[in-house]
Amino acid sequence: MTSPVAQRSLGGVNAFRVLKQFGPLLFLFALMLVFAITNENFLTQLNLFNVARQISITGLIALGMTFVILTAGIDLSVGSLLAFCGMVGAVVAKGGTANTLSLSSNAGAGYGWGAALLAAVVVGTLAGLVQGLIITRLRVPPFVVTLGGLTIFRGLTLTLSGGGPISGFTPGMRWFGTGLVGPVPVPVIIFGLAALLCHVVLRYTRFGRAVYAVGGNAEAARLSGVRVDRVLVSVYMIVGFFAGLAAFVLSARLNSAEAVAGIGYELTVISAVVIGGTSLFGGIGGVGGTVVGATLIGVLVNGLVLNNVSSYTQQVTIGLILIAAVAFDRWLKSRVRG
Amino acid sequence: MTGAPAVDPAAPPLLEVIGVSKHFPGVTALDDVSLDVRAGEILGLLGENGAGKSTLLKILSGAQPASSGRIVFAGQDYAPAGPEAARRAGIVTIYQELSLIPTLSVAENIFVNRAPTGRLGLVDWRRMRREATGILARVNLSIPPDIPVSALSVAEQQLVEIARALSLESRLIIMDEPTSALTETEVQQLFGIMEKLRREGVAIMFVTHRLEEASVMCDRMTVLRDGRLAGHLLRKAGPILVPRIIEKMVGRAASDLYARPTRRENAGAVRLSVRGLRTVRAADAAHAIVLDGVDLDLRAGEILGIAGLVGSGRTELARAIFGADPIAAGTILLDGQPIAPASPADARDLGIGLVPEDRKQQAILAMLPIRQNFSIAAMDLYSNRLGFMRSGREGAALGEYRKAMSIRMASPEQAIDGLSGGNQQKVILARWLARDPKVLIVDEPTRGVDVGAKTEVHQILVQLASRGIAIMMISSELPEVLSVSDRIVTMRQGRITGEMPAVEATEEKLMTLMALESRQGVLQ
Repeated sequence: MTSPVAQRSLGGVNAFRVLKQFGPLLFLFALMLVFAITNENFLTQLNLFNVARQISITGLIALGMTFVILTAGIDLSVGSLLAFCGMVGAVVAKGGTANTLSLSSNAGAGYGWGAALLAAVVVGTLAGLVQGLIITRLRVPPFVVTLGGLTIFRGLTLTLSGGGPISGFTPGMRWFGTGLVGPVPVPVIIFGLAALLCHVVLRYTRFGRAVYAVGGNAEAARLSGVRVDRVLVSVYMIVGFFAGLAAFVLSARLNSAEAVAGIGYELTVISAVVIGGTSLFGGIGGVGGTVVGATLIGVLVNGLVLNNVSSYTQQVTIGLILIAAVAFDRWLKSRVRG
Repeated sequence: MTGAPAVDPAAPPLLEVIGVSKHFPGVTALDDVSLDVRAGEILGLLGENGAGKSTLLKILSGAQPASSGRIVFAGQDYAPAGPEAARRAGIVTIYQELSLIPTLSVAENIFVNRAPTGRLGLVDWRRMRREATGILARVNLSIPPDIPVSALSVAEQQLVEIARALSLESRLIIMDEPTSALTETEVQQLFGIMEKLRREGVAIMFVTHRLEEASVMCDRMTVLRDGRLAGHLLRKAGPILVPRIIEKMVGRAASDLYARPTRRENAGAVRLSVRGLRTVRAADAAHAIVLDGVDLDLRAGEILGIAGLVGSGRTELARAIFGADPIAAGTILLDGQPIAPASPADARDLGIGLVPEDRKQQAILAMLPIRQNFSIAAMDLYSNRLGFMRSGREGAALGEYRKAMSIRMASPEQAIDGLSGGNQQKVILARWLARDPKVLIVDEPTRGVDVGAKTEVHQILVQLASRGIAIMMISSELPEVLSVSDRIVTMRQGRITGEMPAVEATEEKLMTLMALESRQGVLQ
């Protein structure tokens, strides 16, 4: 029953297979072409790096989310966790909660950007550890655990900050958000390196293989000696780590950690992963797709803004694209097996 | 049982199956089978695994059409378009896996799709409850109709299904292995109900592996063998005796398929030694099968066949040794050292492998490439200290197994579910061979494997044993057990009921030890 497909792909290029693999990428190019034609400002270096900078924050979290979704899990807490990690990092950067609103950056009292970065990613990773342990030990579905996390981390953030922002960081820290290396914004470099690292881990390591195996068939993976619970806890730690890293970059860029930062990010992040072709049922997908998915959303928003489309309509458009991407994927799957 | 069957011998049969065949590409599952069932009788349908029982049931229940032949039910031609049509015609099949919806109440299940409604089209709950209580009384069930089905025991759920069938005015109830998950008392209750229905004029087709039960209950039996009719047996003065049934079921020379592979040297030292192994009955699975004190020795270089029916505890034994299920009591020694694998990963690291019974659910990573399916249990061997895969080594190893086991695939990057069952199974075997295990447990190694590949799998097992691996082979197919094993043990109800060298074993002996009630079956 599979032989016709096998013959076709052996004999040459199978159009459906190409579409399946590069569909989101082709769609991205088409979209960029449309925007390039409709708006002269779109294809400028300034605008493109602007888009790239914008997608870096959610893109970083989407990298972590790719691991989670590959195991057929989900993490809804990332937006709140980002705010919490950012706030903790800001407190560390400022040397305490007392001196929070001084924009005059004579912030010699703080612990420096290194400590702030470390605090943000450690808090994020620990939060992932706790959620992962609850998911695996108490057998609470990830949807529920991280839905709880979504409100818990937001509440913790508000408690820590008293509801307001913490602003004014050292130039050293702000470089991570606003700096440039040559023409390239620093957040874009961070995102690019992180994406490369994640790609390598997923494609070329034992751990990456285990992630796919757990998502592909957890029972079969367990009966093959994969320690499934450890893999699951790890992926929530990874997404937590990236929430912390993204929080640091966001604070650095805005020169402020906001208690309301990251609201709704979980949906953007999950959309990016899913548009990129990673299956919510696990086992299929990867980092390349996620980068494309995140870029697609970024380009779409940017292009719509440039063409003066209202933000209301933008939301409708993103939703439609998400559904269309998955519908397209399903349709392709019915055409190509394996 | 007692009393004359409520059958009028002059009346035409309720169901007549006339020369029915079923062909699948390359396989004839059912070949010119005829049988009939009369109102008010219990007909036993018997046969070994693969004899064609399930195919016949699927045809009768509307799940598959027959390829040829004719079926007459209640005087009319019967060719149901689907299960719903079969039900409407008056034939209900009750499968081993019950088809109730666990979260809905008993009453809702009985009236699923046809809830009594009031004037506004809303469900008339009071009437539904009242009628459900009446229906349940017909099967002597006095449970409140409001409780969810999930709160019932398997036996009670079965009775609810029977009650639902009765409320649909079914005239023929087909029961597929209804007793396999029941306790002794529950079996007796079920038999009471079957007897009652028979007297009420309902026809029952009773499909079972348990020959004692069939002997007690059935008025007549139809025995299938290799997809063909092996014969009919009729109850005369007394019940149809078990040896007569076995004779009909087995009555064939071992086919060429199971030509005995070349014998090996005598087995080596004891590799795996199991004593008094018991498993836990989980709180949420009151009817699960548990091991009840299993003693077993497995030697290096031997193939130990485990024969037992579904529900005998054979798979549970494999899972307990492999660390997949928790152990309540007992010891396991590997090469003389006590081991206590708490997970399959532990067992794997100790040198134990398992090829599980359900390939699709438990073994293959369907969407992933063959390469990843192959190396999943041995990734430590194909990666460096930093955890990076050494895909060169991995690919070379896979290439070797591909050649040695003649695994037919287009490329290692192909998804495994594109392979045939036999080739999938070879990949799963290679998955464990890559670790060079001390003990390899294979559960139903040739289920869903085409005929040619079956022999290949058998040859592979024999080769592995000659390399010194201790192999435990669980199988429902007695010819397979007989031809591949060096030694055979039989299991029933979580216990070992017999042991013998394969050269002394026959299908009759094994079936007697597997199928008899344990109190009579303990011969050793």
